[in-house]
Parts: sequence; structure tokens; C-alpha cells
Amino acid sequence: MFDGVSNFSQSTDFTFLFTLIVSVFFLVLVTFLMIYFVVKYNRKRNPVAKNIHHNTTLEILWTAIPLILVLIMFWLGWKDYLKQEAVPENSYVIDVTAKMWVWSFKYPNGKQTDTLYVPVDTDIALNLKSIDVNHAFYVPKFRIKKDVYPNQNRKMWFNSSELGSFDLACAEYCGLNHSYMYNKVVVMPKEEFYSWVDSEHKYPVKKEFAEQNSESSRN
Amino acid sequence: MSNQNHNEVSYLEYQGKYKGILSWILSTDHKRIGILYLISLMIFLIVGITFGLLMRLELLTPGKTIMDPQTYNAIFTLHGVIMIFLFVVPGLPAVFGNFFLPILIGAKDVAFPKWNLTSWYLYVIGGLLAIISILLPGGPSDTGWTFYIPYSVRTGTNVTFALFAAFILGFSSILTGLNFITTVHRLRAPGMTWFKMPLSIWSFYSTAWIQILATPIIGITLLLVAFERFFKVGLFDPALGGDPVLYQHLFWIYSHPAVYIMILPAMGVVSEIIPVFARRTIFGYNFIAMSSVAIALFGSLVWAHHMFTAGMSNTSQLIFSLLTMIVAIPSAIKVFNWVATLYKGSIDLQVPLLYVLAFIFQFTIGGLTGVMQGVLSIDIHVHDTSFIVAHFHYVMFGGTGFGFFAALHYWFPKMFGRMYNKKLAERTFWGVFVGFNVLYFPMFIMGWLGMPRRYYDYLAEYQIYHVISTIGSWILVPSVFLMFGYLVYSAFKGVVVTEKNIWGGETLEWQIDTPPIHENFTEIPAVTEKPYEYKSNDLITQFSEAK
Repeated sequence: MFDGVSNFSQSTDFTFLFTLIVSVFFLVLVTFLMIYFVVKYNRKRNPVAKNIHHNTTLEILWTAIPLILVLIMFWLGWKDYLKQEAVPENSYVIDVTAKMWVWSFKYPNGKQTDTLYVPVDTDIALNLKSIDVNHAFYVPKFRIKKDVYPNQNRKMWFNSSELGSFDLACAEYCGLNHSYMYNKVVVMPKEEFYSWVDSEHKYPVKKEFAEQNSESSRN
Repeated sequence: MSNQNHNEVSYLEYQGKYKGILSWILSTDHKRIGILYLISLMIFLIVGITFGLLMRLELLTPGKTIMDPQTYNAIFTLHGVIMIFLFVVPGLPAVFGNFFLPILIGAKDVAFPKWNLTSWYLYVIGGLLAIISILLPGGPSDTGWTFYIPYSVRTGTNVTFALFAAFILGFSSILTGLNFITTVHRLRAPGMTWFKMPLSIWSFYSTAWIQILATPIIGITLLLVAFERFFKVGLFDPALGGDPVLYQHLFWIYSHPAVYIMILPAMGVVSEIIPVFARRTIFGYNFIAMSSVAIALFGSLVWAHHMFTAGMSNTSQLIFSLLTMIVAIPSAIKVFNWVATLYKGSIDLQVPLLYVLAFIFQFTIGGLTGVMQGVLSIDIHVHDTSFIVAHFHYVMFGGTGFGFFAALHYWFPKMFGRMYNKKLAERTFWGVFVGFNVLYFPMFIMGWLGMPRRYYDYLAEYQIYHVISTIGSWILVPSVFLMFGYLVYSAFKGVVVTEKNIWGGETLEWQIDTPPIHENFTEIPAVTEKPYEYKSNDLITQFSEAK
């Protein structure tokens, strides 16, 4: 469940875990009480009910406690969101273009690929743009997502400290082949990334990455 | 169908100006209109369920299972449009609100009976337009029920018909809302002050306000989309200089409050049923009543939480995330008060109560996962994944759908003067409950793992969850159809009920004939007490203490 690999994933997963624990607690409490009351105060066992109109202490308690909990949740989400919005200044910038139904990535030197290759441990900033309808750039393992619009620019960033290749999907419905708008983000060792990006090769030549690439062209 | 009062005949047998089918489709009797709505809603519900079942079949295996992507995209659009606009939004208010709202407040009919009938005709016309959009050349709309621009202006499918269908259905909804507000204000029985109204009336009343305030916004927005398609105005389409995010704001300004149009009446039904089967007074009447109003108010101010990944300003993200957290509180208050009402009750676990308890369980899951999605960092990950699909099905189906089934089983004998087979109904409930949870729960897990929604195809790693989910649909759908089957059968052939009060309820519908007479009451009752007082409990307790 907690397999995120970007700089954001750990705190997002922690927030999720916190909300999950609170949620499970309340769900179990409510469900347990319902079943317990239905069994204990069954008409056979308890033919005459007792009228209880209200209890102000209880009402205040079950308004205040959930209120405090949801405010904590809000704050956890808000502080992480602010971090995601603050794109570091010295990031490595890649232009992302979405169109029905492929991704295209353009590196600072003009090189273009349909799979996203990035150096490890580096702040990567993405400039997102669509040339037709709405899309959304989504990398589940990085816990990041942003809608991509035509004629409007959106920015996002991440930093992955783990090598490997991760699914990259379109999350905003964009027509016929929406579900095939998949590709990969490949996180490479720094030296290898930079020597590739400045080379003549269209794709990284090293065997493991070449494999990733053939895998990613499944549509 | 006999009735105790020989001067008045039941609404089912009443002869007005017209005979036969005309006496139904030209009737302005709120009860007959309620039945008309019930029949038409059921037909569309069956169509919607069938589309849902087909989607689940397609998703059984990755790649093509039974249909191509274009068909799949059309089917999830139709499933959404039909379920939202033709079933869940009109749902409880149009059927049970029409039938029982006047009775529960001691009125002979709604304030504007002719507008009431008009609303049903608008509903039927809207429904037919939706059907026409499927059949005409060009093919059914493939935009999703959200009609997001620019895709909805680009696609060659029959989007315009679907838009007009939703537009006309909006008017039907507005008329119902207007009628209910006026009826509640003007036609309450003598002595029925605001805080002596049954809790379902508070729900219908709050709902009605959202209906008349929010629905015009979707109406005008959908018209503008049609304009955009025909005249290339450039309001929303970025290619023409428009703003697609503006469309999303306008769409959700209605469509989020619409979620509360859908759930509030079901909450009202729950508040109605629990005290009857626990045979005691409701816990925290004022809190439940006021939380309905609070939900209607705050629920109208949280729409942009559907757009946390759209790149809004930080201020918007802050406000909408915070308000989304706040709106969870009145719902939580309701849940706690309902559970507290079971405490020291004398509980009779009949079928309506079973559906209500399932409602509370599933609504709690739907509500808590809703809170999760209000948390910005979590929403950014789960937005547009099947986590969202699971969440809103837990609220809309596990909540409103189960509330609708609860209301059907609760009021069925009053409406038709006949009873269903309780044993069969109880067994069917378990099929519906188990099927529902097996179908939708796996979607939470795969959504968190990164399965996007509206996907025709998917990666092999998600298949196990899709298979479990599809198996759930094979339990759920037959159970629901079995329920419809025995209810239709019982409406004609069930055991006759003439008893006025078969469940031991204390609201006004249980004091009139079964089935109700043409104008409900021979004499308008005077109301002196809050609903669900169950004073006999106190008397018995005093008596045994005195001994």
C-alpha cells in the first residue's frame, strides 16, 4: 500500500494512513454499536423501549471531536499541497505535451521522447500543455497528478530518489483511446542520464532502459 | 381493496373526470403522480443497471471482452446520465416526496397539483430525449456525464440531445422543488409548527431549496455548451479563446449540491424509519433537523473540490478543502444520532430497518472516504481513479439507493394496500447487501493503487480487483431484479392489508386509510405533539415503577 517513491509520497502516504486509521475507528465504532444495540435491545428481549430525547453533552462531543480530527486532516493535506505547488527554482525543466493519445517530452536541449527519462535525486519541473482536449498527467507511484489544458500552462514538480521505471497515465477522460494513453517515467543514474541526453541516441542505449522502452510502446 | 370509510374510496379506485389509463396520466392527485414517477423511474433504473452490468462484464479481462472502446465510452456516459438525471436526482422526492409529503404534514395535496403533473411530463420528455440520443445516427454521447469541454464540443456524437435531455429534466426538478417549498410553508396541518414536522419533511424541504437555487445554473451552462457547439461562441473552448476551467466551475456549482439533492431525502427516510422500528422517540430531533439545513447550506459551497488537480489558486484550494471538511460534520451528527436512537429501543428488525442499517454502514464508508478526498494531498493522488468511483457509489447507491429500497419496503403496504413476502424480502436484502459491497469495495483498493477511472483497458496487475468487482455485479444485479419482481407481483397479488398502522408508526400517514383515500384525510387532523413521541413507553415505565 505504501510503495510511493517520490519526495511527496512519504508524507501523502502518512496522511492517508492517519485518515484511514481514524476512518476505520469510526466505521468499526458505528457498526459495532448498531449490531450491539440491535441484538441487546431486540423486541423479544426488550419489549418496552425507553424514550431518550437528547443529550447535549454527547451532541457537543460528537460535533467537536470529529471537527478537530478533520481540521488536522485538512492541515496535513494543505501543507503537502503547498510543497507540491512550490516548484524549486533550479529545477531541471522538461516540457510536456499531451495530445490524443500520446505524451511527448522535450528536454532543455531540444531532444524529444515519448517516454519520460529523468535523472535520480534531481528536482524535475514539468511544463504541461495539451494541443487538443483536457488530459491529466498522473504518476501513481509519485502520488502526483495535474490536469493538462489546451492554451493554458500548468506546472508541477517532483524528485525521485529511486531508480526504476514507473507507470505514467492519463487520468482525465480524453476520448476513444484514453485508457491507452499510458507510458513510463524512467528514473536513471545522473551520469547516464546526462550522457544520454547530450548524445545522438534517441533512446538510452543501456540494455535495461532499452527494455523499458520497448515495454512502454504497448499501444 | 376495501376501506373502512365507506364514504370515500381509495385513491387507486377513485373515479375522476377520466377513465382507464387517462385517469392516471391526467391525474393531478399527488399519490397517483408519485406512482407514475415510481413506474417511470424503475424503467430507467433497469436500463441504467443493465448498462452498469455491461461495463462490469467488459472490465472482467484486460483488452476487449465484449465490446469496443467507443461502445464502452458511450455506455459509461449513458449509465451516468441515466442514473444521475433520471434516477437518483428525482428519486426519493419525486416518488416518496410526492406521495407522502402532503400526507405527512396533513395536507390534501401539494400546493400546485397541475405543475406537479407537468413536472412528470417534463421528466418523461427528458427521458425520451436521452433515449433518442442513443438511437439517432452519430451515436450516443461519449463524453461522460460531466460533458467536460473541449471534448464535448469536439466529439461527433449526439451530445446536443443529451444536453437538452438534462436541461429539460432540470425544469422537472425545479417544479418539484418549488411545489414542496410552497406546500411545506402553506399547507401544514393546524398545530404543526416547524419543529413538529417529521424529519423527512426537513430533508425534502432542504432538498427543495437546493433544487430551485442550483438547478438553473446547470440549465444555463448546458445551454451554453450547445451554443458553443453550434455557433462557436468561445466561452469555454480554449481553441476559441474560452476557458475550460470556467465550464468545470459552472458544472460543479450545480452538480455538487446535486449530490445533496440525492442524499438528503434518503437521510430523511432513515430518520423516519429508525424510531418506528426501535419504537421510541428519535434522539436529537433538533440536531438532525438542523443538520439537514446545514448540509444544504455548506454543501452548496464546496463544488470546486472536484477540481483540486485543475490548477486553481492556492486560496481556492484552501477554502474548498476547508469547507469540504466542515460539511462532513452535519453528516456525522446525523449518523451518531441515528445510532443513539437504537439505544434502549425495542427493536424489530424488519426489512425496512435492514436497508436502513445497511445505509448507515455504507454511507459511513462513503462519507469517510469523502473526507479523505477533501484532504488535498490525498485527493491529488486518488482524483479520477476508481477510488472516486467507489466513493460515490457508496454514497449514491449504498446511501441513496438503499434509502430508496428502505422507503419502498416501508411505505409499500400503505401505497398499494398489499404486502410483499417478508421472508423473501429479507433474503433478497442479503443478496443486495453482499453484492453491493463485493462490487464496489475492490474499487477503493485499485484506485489507491493507481487505476484511473473511465478506462476501457487496464494493466494486468489490476485484474484481480476487476474480477472480484464483476463477480459482485453477478450477485447484486439478480438480487435487485428479484426485488423488483416480487414488488411488482405483490402490488397486484400480494396479501391485502387494510390495517392503518402496520409498523406502529406515529406520523400522520399511519392514521389514514390503507391505501389512502382520494384526498388523504376526511378531516384535517390537528397536531399537538412532535413526531415519534411514543408516550406509551413512558406510561408503561411509570406503571411498572409504581408497582
